Amino acid sequence: MSRESRKARSEFYARPWQGKNRHYDIVKEGVIAFVVIGVLVIAFSALFSSPDDPALTFKGWATDAPDNLYAVSVQQLAGTSGTATYGPPYNSNSDGVSVGPIFLQKLGGVTHPIDTANDYVITPLSSQVEPNDVSAALKVWNAASADQQTTWATDYDTALQATADDQGDLHIDKVATGDYGPVPDLAKGVVAMAASGAYDNAMTGQGQFFQTDQTKQLLLMGDGSYMDDKATADNLQGNTWGMMNEAGSWPGQQWLGFTSVWYQLPIFNAPDDQTDGFTRTLTDNADVIIAAILVVLLFTFALTPWIPVLRDLPRWIPLHRLVWKQYYREHGRAS
Amino acid sequence: MSAETKVPTGADFEPSTWTGVVRKRWLKNLPPEKMLPESQPSYVASWIYVFGMATIVAMVIAIVTGVIITLGGVQWFHESSTGRFFNSTHYWSVQLFFLFMVVHLWGKYWMSAWRGKRALTWITGVLAFLTAVGVGFTGYVITTNFNAQWIAFEAKDVMNAIGVGSVFNVTNLGQMVTFHVAPLPLALGIIVVAHILLVRRHGVVPPLDAIDPALESATAASTDETEAVAS
Amino acid sequence: MNLDQPASYWQIWDWISVSIPNLIVIVVMLLLFVLALVLPFPKGSDAE
Repeated sequence: MSRESRKARSEFYARPWQGKNRHYDIVKEGVIAFVVIGVLVIAFSALFSSPDDPALTFKGWATDAPDNLYAVSVQQLAGTSGTATYGPPYNSNSDGVSVGPIFLQKLGGVTHPIDTANDYVITPLSSQVEPNDVSAALKVWNAASADQQTTWATDYDTALQATADDQGDLHIDKVATGDYGPVPDLAKGVVAMAASGAYDNAMTGQGQFFQTDQTKQLLLMGDGSYMDDKATADNLQGNTWGMMNEAGSWPGQQWLGFTSVWYQLPIFNAPDDQTDGFTRTLTDNADVIIAAILVVLLFTFALTPWIPVLRDLPRWIPLHRLVWKQYYREHGRAS
Repeated sequence: MSAETKVPTGADFEPSTWTGVVRKRWLKNLPPEKMLPESQPSYVASWIYVFGMATIVAMVIAIVTGVIITLGGVQWFHESSTGRFFNSTHYWSVQLFFLFMVVHLWGKYWMSAWRGKRALTWITGVLAFLTAVGVGFTGYVITTNFNAQWIAFEAKDVMNAIGVGSVFNVTNLGQMVTFHVAPLPLALGIIVVAHILLVRRHGVVPPLDAIDPALESATAASTDETEAVAS
Repeated sequence: MNLDQPASYWQIWDWISVSIPNLIVIVVMLLLFVLALVLPFPKGSDAE
């Protein structure tokens, strides 16, 4: 098609329609749609209800996986947990993820500071009357220098991690003897406080009357394996199409397929024991790289009218002949 | 006896105020007969055309059920079976909303509906989809159950990775509730209204390769019946 | 019908896994699209 004829066609499509019209009642169509869809919604709701898996609690963690909560508490004191090493906006203990030299994660700065040792161990334990061994441990910890605290905590964290067996389970009773200061008692104190339910209360209120920000406690909940294991069991992990899935047997977010698919690619799933290589970099920075891919996809989607091949497919695969078959039958088609 | 001042109807008048300019612009582009027509071009004859309306209707039901939920509060659906029922209606209307929107999108793509200066209609549709995903996402993280915990925990990584996590904190329930209930649905509503007004203004796109009716009537007398393409 | 139980999954190849409920919705989307194209639409009366 020549440029002139393409332009002429475009102008024709833009002009108000001069041909035949048919009666069409938009308001009636809307009312019918409202009734039909309303009935469907009510029927599905009555038949299938909606998902509501109860939120996880620290009490649950202490009950179902106390050793894991213990180990995570040690990590919070040692500064080796996921939260402690996250970087902005929670702390500056890491530069965060990047695309090449671009570190968008650092952009906002540390706007939601989390000091894992104090926020997750010392402060909650100090907020209530503790058994003698825990209150003694708190005294020792608070009297020690920052360097001493770090040494105790990292030594114990290392020793504890060293007890891992083939399944990755830790054995608290098998930790090598050493100078760990009050760290074991503090970790024990957290587990006991969580088992009583008091830890949930402390983390929810965080010392305030009104508190509607769950950032601190949610980050803690995500450290360790308690929440992670439940997500895996429910098929909600990113690399098992978790972004599209929903709890139980309810439908999820099918429309997120084009975002979820990238997390399945092997290049974004380097095994944990792989410490270097290009796929390691891609995996560690998957979120920001995939975000960049999605921005490109979004622009492609929005600019479809101008993108060759993409804008021509409807002509090459003429499904439109089914849409307008009545019209073509009566009026023909321009070649 | 005072003389009656005749107020001009329609767009055929000279405005003397900003208000008048706005009215003239509006009536020229979107006169009442275009906003609420009793007819459509004869080529609007396919079931694919109902999916735009279906999407809007599902969205309206999602908004209505959402407003009902706001009356009960954030924890309502955990505590009462009525609350749970309305949570379900909200959930299912959103499922249907996305279902119909996808079919509507497929239809519009295969019809090349952006033709004839309708690119902005296409783009507002894309924006509506994007905004809807945002509304839906904030909805998920405020359900105060395990799903909300997990989704917020995962999504925070994406927000932080692109540098907006400090401003858009998905683990902050208070902030996510207000986002979900006010600015995001408002933005979606505005985009959808713009989308609909653009459709009304430009009219439904003619079929690909439709013969210009102006030329068609000129040659009608001499058109050979065998030239009509059998489908 | 109680949906509060783990979903089944349709697994093809190593890396594609779709939950059955999601699969049903996707199939319904495709079905509605196809039906919308092939089902005859009522003939309308001419208007001005």
